[in-house]
Amino acid sequence: MIRFNQVSKRYPGGYEALKNVSFNIAEGEMVFLTGHSGAGKSTLLKLIAAIEDPNSGSVLVNNQNVSVLKEAALPYLRRNLGLVFQDHKLLFDRSVFDNVLLPLQICGFDPRESGKRVRAALDKVGLLKREKLNPIALSGGEQQRLCIARAIVNRPAILLADEPTGNLDADYSREIMEIFRSFHQVGATLLISTHDQSVLEDEGVRRITLKAGELV
Amino acid sequence: MTGKFSHQRFLIQSALRRIFASPLGGILNILVIGIALSLPAGVYVLLKNAQTLAEQLPGKPEISLYLTAKINDKAIESIRTRLAQHPEIAGSQFISRDDALNQMQQDSVLGDVIEVLDQNPLPDAFIVAPRVASATALKTLRDELAQWDGIALAQLDSDWAYKLEALIALGRMLALILGALLSLALIAVTFNTIRLQILTQREEIEVARLIGATNAFIRQPFLFFGAIQGLLGGVATLLILAAGIRLANVPLADVAQLYASDFRLQALGWGDSLSLLLFSLYLGWLGAWLSVSRHLSRIRPQ
Repeated sequence: MIRFNQVSKRYPGGYEALKNVSFNIAEGEMVFLTGHSGAGKSTLLKLIAAIEDPNSGSVLVNNQNVSVLKEAALPYLRRNLGLVFQDHKLLFDRSVFDNVLLPLQICGFDPRESGKRVRAALDKVGLLKREKLNPIALSGGEQQRLCIARAIVNRPAILLADEPTGNLDADYSREIMEIFRSFHQVGATLLISTHDQSVLEDEGVRRITLKAGELV
Repeated sequence: MTGKFSHQRFLIQSALRRIFASPLGGILNILVIGIALSLPAGVYVLLKNAQTLAEQLPGKPEISLYLTAKINDKAIESIRTRLAQHPEIAGSQFISRDDALNQMQQDSVLGDVIEVLDQNPLPDAFIVAPRVASATALKTLRDELAQWDGIALAQLDSDWAYKLEALIALGRMLALILGALLSLALIAVTFNTIRLQILTQREEIEVARLIGATNAFIRQPFLFFGAIQGLLGGVATLLILAAGIRLANVPLADVAQLYASDFRLQALGWGDSLSLLLFSLYLGWLGAWLSVSRHLSRIRPQ
């Protein structure tokens, strides 16, 4: 589902974020991406979503070479991806409900159906009773869950999460990992970057570890 | 289809919300557009009225031929025949000096003046209806007739109507230039408003890009914003014009009365009003489109 072939990424100024990285993630797999901060985890995720381009090698998502996609094709790639950001990237000019509605509007989803979809997603992350609030009124953990609801509302095949439990205490982290696991159970492919030890204790989940831009 | 319409309704609603997010700023923007457009549109209204006024005047040009004072009947008869045979003349009417005096005596003011004269000061005259219509052809015809024997003076009666027409043409050109310049101003106003909008919604644009929004999707709300702001500016223009016409008609009624006329300024018709609204909508859309094309591509997700 996600395949890296000898991918290197160098930022302007010469900093090498990834060096010759190759791996493969099968459909329906759940994988942790670990390593210290600065090891290249965020860069790797950005390459999958075509937010950055690799300097060499190829990134394949669903057998599609992402780095050669035309600008106009990018939106359709990203609609297959659910992105969960460490800084949430929520919009504070609209309600919780409308934040989750946005991906459906973007896809041109039937508005009569989308209300149900939004509430199902909010229910899954336990925010159904908060739909009318502005996200600014939510706690850090709730904001992260809202970001997850927005990522899963149009049921993407792949979910990418960048440090989803980064600033949260252990209870919140556990809740969020529960949500991911239930999403995994319905067949989605997940790649979760984290350096949270409490999360990594989870047995039976494959790990990809980066150290200074190289696979370990 | 319902889906599409409800998305458009959503876009219109959110555009209105954004225009009036700061009510004063929104109203000022609309007012600037309204004032900018009401100048050329106002000139247009004046021209249109001037034209109606010009059309109410004796439309067809006439040439008055005043005959020399002591002309005899034979000479008059020969002029009548020459006029009848002239290819550029449709018809002519003879007014003898006695008829002219009679007509004048019926006029209350002039009648009194005539009373005190001991003899008829008026000449015999022909009123000639030319077949030609252009200003130069009429002048040539007048000059030709003035050369004839027995004719003291040939006068082109509708001379001033042509002058008025030329003035209206000049005014129309000025309105066009004014309109073009102020349309540019309108586009510039929208361009700048949209630029600010894009800056304040930078975050939203980034997020939308990250979750798969096409450029068209991102552009849409700004285009709606520009078009609706332009449309509201057009409505402001119509209101300004209507108020201006009402105000101007009060003193104009007094002036018109002096000329025994009931002339009043007429407002823009439905067709012209609709064109104005569509035009301002289009200009707003164009300003937004230019601004969006220029500024949106600079916003990339990080």
